[in-house]
Amino acid sequence: MQHLWLIPAFPLAGFLLNGLLGRRASKAFVNTVAIGTVLLSFLWVLKTLLALAPLETAHVERYFTWIQSGDLRIGYDLAVDRLSAVMLLVVTGVGLLIHIYAIGYMAHEGGYYRFFAYMNLFMFFMLTLVLGANFLLMFVGWEGVGLCSYLLIGFYFLRQSATNAGNKAFIVNRIGDLGFSLAIFLILVNFGTLDFAAVFARIAGLPVEVSAGILTAIALLLLLGATGKSAQIPLYVWLPDAMEGPTPVSALIHAATMVTAGVYMVARSSVLYLHAPLALDVVAWIGLATAFFSATIGLTQFDIKRVFAYSTVSQLGYMFLALGSRAFGAGIFHLWTHAFFKALLFLGAGSVIHAVGQQDLRHMGGLRKHAPVTFGTLLCAAVAIAGVPFTSGFFSKDEILLAAHHHSPLMFWIGVITAGMTAFYVFRAIFLAFFGQYRGEGHPHESPAVMTLPLIGLAAGSLASGYFNVSKFLEPQFASPVEHHDMLLVAISVAAGLAGIALAWGFYVLRPGTADRLAERLGLLYRLVYNKYFVDEIYRALVVRPLVGGSREVLWKSVDVGVIDGAVNGIGERARNIGAMLRRLQSGYIRSYATWVVLGALAALVAMGTAGGTR
Amino acid sequence: MDAVPLSWYLLLSAVLFALGAAGFMFRRNLITVFMSIELMLNAVNLTFIALASRLGQVDGQVFAFFVMVVAAAEAAVGLAIILVVFRNRGTLQVDELDSLKN
Repeated sequence: MQHLWLIPAFPLAGFLLNGLLGRRASKAFVNTVAIGTVLLSFLWVLKTLLALAPLETAHVERYFTWIQSGDLRIGYDLAVDRLSAVMLLVVTGVGLLIHIYAIGYMAHEGGYYRFFAYMNLFMFFMLTLVLGANFLLMFVGWEGVGLCSYLLIGFYFLRQSATNAGNKAFIVNRIGDLGFSLAIFLILVNFGTLDFAAVFARIAGLPVEVSAGILTAIALLLLLGATGKSAQIPLYVWLPDAMEGPTPVSALIHAATMVTAGVYMVARSSVLYLHAPLALDVVAWIGLATAFFSATIGLTQFDIKRVFAYSTVSQLGYMFLALGSRAFGAGIFHLWTHAFFKALLFLGAGSVIHAVGQQDLRHMGGLRKHAPVTFGTLLCAAVAIAGVPFTSGFFSKDEILLAAHHHSPLMFWIGVITAGMTAFYVFRAIFLAFFGQYRGEGHPHESPAVMTLPLIGLAAGSLASGYFNVSKFLEPQFASPVEHHDMLLVAISVAAGLAGIALAWGFYVLRPGTADRLAERLGLLYRLVYNKYFVDEIYRALVVRPLVGGSREVLWKSVDVGVIDGAVNGIGERARNIGAMLRRLQSGYIRSYATWVVLGALAALVAMGTAGGTR
Repeated sequence: MDAVPLSWYLLLSAVLFALGAAGFMFRRNLITVFMSIELMLNAVNLTFIALASRLGQVDGQVFAFFVMVVAAAEAAVGLAIILVVFRNRGTLQVDELDSLKN
């Protein structure tokens, strides 16, 4: 026994302490509880992993039976294998740094204890999701992180746009979760168990499904769940709006951990997907399309957090591309490196917002001198995401692109173009914010040490995390489809990244204004991309309007008012009418009551006489 | 006991009860109504005792005692109520006492 349950239990205790006592407690207490519990959890993860090394097979701990019905047993079982080990390190490690950063970022905000209570609750659910040894326990964590995401996006609940964004995230995720729960039902019906090990052992014995069938259906429904949580086409629309939440939330939940839950889930179900090649192809194309389209949107945005949000969507698309190309290890590798540099990009953006008091890139500039630590660390993240050689993003992205090339060369070329755009829009943000003249108001200043130290930690991770080769580490679980590295392909993808950086340098540093002229010349196309392809508007017209209209006109005004209210009111009306008739008997004259009693007694006698009930 | 058959007692009891019930329903004076109740109670007593005597059991006789005790108590309370009603309303006409309504 390694007492795995302690890993999620620590943040849960933190949530309870801060949630129940935090309102009256001092900030020092809230900080200690919030950071301390995550730190304990992190240390326990390290201790467990050291004790279990080399962890070539899954280590399962069964605590108690949660649901028992006939032959079906669903237990509170936790499991660690190499895949969840990587996830545990990301969640607790990056989570710890972001918690520390949040002390500085949230210092002047109201609802301080509430924020940290939600953050700890999120950690609890995320760790449950990762550690759960069956689909239902994973689903509990899955829904729990969705709830925390909703609570934290709407953290500034006095702002209408924040509550709307929270609702949007929650509702869009409901669509995905419907797919996930249907998949769980299908698994339950077909395999009679929800245990990962048992289900995948059964599937491994089945033949690979060449045409559509039950495995493909399960895989596609799971994928629907994953597209919701991990912001892929068609359900990605909630993630850019989720940037209404405080920046540490964007970094922790909407960049490093929660949104990768879909990737984790697909990788966890790799046996299933390998038996459903059709679904796997869908995964690859959805990932590729998402990566490409959200990268194009990222090129045009001016809100620094939105640029990074579209970048997150795009990088998640890369991970799905890897999964779809059967390179599950490469997908998780990118998840691992992405957690560092994307968390760093967001925390750096938070530091910039903290410095200048707003998020619009057009009102920044020249911050290099005012916030040197933020600049240096953000630069580390930017080179990593651009795939500059020997940074972390270089290793993971190349593995993905090689796998994509192995799968289909067309995918590789689209992926390379996307990599170029990625480098361009990230460096565009960097150049706009840190170079040239300061275009905003007030005096920008560097953030306090409690914020810059986590930045430095994450910067080290962004540069170095690629040297821990996750896909090699996961080899026992996921065989890599690529045998040898083709140096030419590596060179092409690196060149694309460097070209993106150079182009951004030319557009925004050497000749500022080039971008505006180009935008003007492209006119219609630019406006299309700038307005995010009008996807939100299309969804509103095609889905939201008909649903709201149908609910209002049909369900509310005819079904609810007519049928349901009608039935209830009708019954009430009848009862009232009968009562009105009966109250005439209530004359108040004692003699009439007596008459009724006598008549009643006579009726009873007659009834007993005719029914023969006298004896 | 053989001189008077049981049915006669029961018939007498039934007649007395019917008189009491009719008096209760149709008389207007509250005191007469009250006396009608006593009449019904005693008609029932007669049935009890006749049957107890016939069956050779004392249960019915004991019941009769109970009924008499209740009747005595009821007479005490009932007469007091009638007195108060008269004092407040100045009338004992049942038709004018309809405050049970509303």
